[in-house]
Amino acid sequence: MSARNVNVFYGEKQAIKNVSIDVDTDNVTAFIGPSGCGKSTFLRTMNRMNDTVASARVEGNITLDGEDIYSPAMDVVQLRARVGMVFQKPNPFPKSIYDNIAYGPRIHGLANSKADLDNIVESSLFRAGLWDEVKDRLKDSGTALSGGQQQRLCIGRAIAVEPEVILMDEPCSALDPIATAKIEELIHELRGRYAIVIVTHNMQQAARVSQRTAFFHLGDLVEYGVTTEIFTNPREDRTKDYITGRYG
Amino acid sequence: MSEPMPQANHEAPPRLPTDWKGQAMQKRISSRYASERRFRLIGLSAIVMSVGFLAFLLISMLSAGISGFTRTEIAVTFDFPKAPIMVDPAMLDSANADRLLSNANLPAVTMQAARTALGKKGEDLLSPSAWVNVREAIKNDPGILQRVETLSLPASTEIDIAAKGDGTEEAETAYARLDEAGLVSSHLNMDFLTSSDATDPSQVGIWGALKGSLLTMGVTLLLSFPVGVLAALYLEEYAPQNRWTDMIEVSINNLAAVPSIIFGLLGLAIFLNVMHMPRSAALVGGLTLALMTMPVIVIAGRNAIKAVPPSIRDAALGIGASPVQVVFHHVLPLALPGIMTGTIIGMARALGETAPLLMIGMRAFIASPPGGITDPATVLPVQIFLWSDEVSRGFVEKTSAAIIVLLVFLLSMNSIAIYLRNKFEKRW
Repeated sequence: MSARNVNVFYGEKQAIKNVSIDVDTDNVTAFIGPSGCGKSTFLRTMNRMNDTVASARVEGNITLDGEDIYSPAMDVVQLRARVGMVFQKPNPFPKSIYDNIAYGPRIHGLANSKADLDNIVESSLFRAGLWDEVKDRLKDSGTALSGGQQQRLCIGRAIAVEPEVILMDEPCSALDPIATAKIEELIHELRGRYAIVIVTHNMQQAARVSQRTAFFHLGDLVEYGVTTEIFTNPREDRTKDYITGRYG
Repeated sequence: MSEPMPQANHEAPPRLPTDWKGQAMQKRISSRYASERRFRLIGLSAIVMSVGFLAFLLISMLSAGISGFTRTEIAVTFDFPKAPIMVDPAMLDSANADRLLSNANLPAVTMQAARTALGKKGEDLLSPSAWVNVREAIKNDPGILQRVETLSLPASTEIDIAAKGDGTEEAETAYARLDEAGLVSSHLNMDFLTSSDATDPSQVGIWGALKGSLLTMGVTLLLSFPVGVLAALYLEEYAPQNRWTDMIEVSINNLAAVPSIIFGLLGLAIFLNVMHMPRSAALVGGLTLALMTMPVIVIAGRNAIKAVPPSIRDAALGIGASPVQVVFHHVLPLALPGIMTGTIIGMARALGETAPLLMIGMRAFIASPPGGITDPATVLPVQIFLWSDEVSRGFVEKTSAAIIVLLVFLLSMNSIAIYLRNKFEKRW
């Protein structure tokens, strides 16, 4: 996906100022920055979740495989299947584990038969690292799992529709360190197959998990580059201040 | 810190340490305990009072109405071979039995048998429709036409009331005489539940009104539930936030508070006078009550839909569900228990409504149960109202019995709804 000169307004207030960025499947991209700097807002423009907010207005150009996602010809519903999202607080549907994963393929017509659907569910849960733990209780409610398992279920749900991009909005902030480690491992495994963008407050996590990092501050994209460079030798002063903990 | 602390006011005397164990504090503690006890006592007495009122209602209704379900029967001996019944018993197996027997002049036969068994004017001791019981007995067992048979026939209203201890002197004497001869007995009155309204209290039944209530409630539910739920969904999910939507909201909230008799006027003006629908029909009654129930369902529905957390909607949208799919696959199933509660409340209110139905004409004397929703009908509350207006003493217990039937209907309707609601309740 590519973004060029993106501005986002909430009513009169400008939340994102002239941001341009590229994401691809080979590199996990991390968005870092202090609270309120616009990283979640920018993430949500990438799958048009801002459409649900009445006062939001997006200007600029965002393309998925060369197609402008804000053009009237783009079907929002299909866009959101191609660009999946994992939220900060795990939000599985109050249905069974099987139905949670199967819901996406069902509504998009991705399975031709029950056997097909079973395969999709099994492979999604396996790739999400959850299959061994739940394979004999697929009929149990998704909400009965622990926090870490629920988040992996949500990731499994997102990959069940074979998206091109997966957006993760602080996926580990509600989880304990062990669950966090499992999710980070999962991100390593998913890299290369999906383009992953992760918003995080935790700079060590960004350093561990990503290959490209973008630093946001008050709506501006201050610096964007290779992760190791950003954390060892940042070009901008603001970036240096943030990384060394002077604020944020 | 380099700034000095603000100086204390040297004019005020220094504060003494508080004596937490002293007399004054002990008094405060005990008066606080006393006021908490009083508060609990008030709450408890409020509950006891409410339960007391409810118990009083139930006990008085039950004690007055139970006797409405029983009736006195008198044993009358019929000498069938000697009676002038010109009917071939063999032909009674066919479906024309009723028609054949109508030619047999059973009322006269019954009257004769009553006179023989019970003395002069004996037929006055029996219910005017006792011959129907004779007909049914013949239909059940045509063999009795060849022998002398004793049938237990319903007594007249006067004897029935006398048996229950409330009759005139004349009736009491007659009853005492019958009792001594061992001819009277008390039985469960199944005819009360299967027959319709009548002029004589011993013949009335509640079935006509019960069926009318069932049909009317059916029409009300079928109309108000879908319309109410869809309106609630639209207002919560799709409607833009502007003045029109605000006005609609205010109108619906006010509609729920409008007195029910005004809906009756509305029904009269539009359904009867403009649309010329059949007067007194369950269809019109159902339409009027649906207008009344719909705002209640919309308000309950909106609250239930508002209570569905946005995280579920976000999750569904994020996976690529269309707005319609989000609503029908995720929001509606979670909001359904709340919607059903609103429906229960609305339907219970509609079941007991009398005033609007009186206005659209469901107050006539309907002697047979309605066949469909366009036939003239009456409903249970209206029937109770009409019977309570009657002069004859026999109607008193029938009115209470009808109230019991209404309460049972209400309880079963609520139980079904609560069962359905619990089935849909999902644990989070």
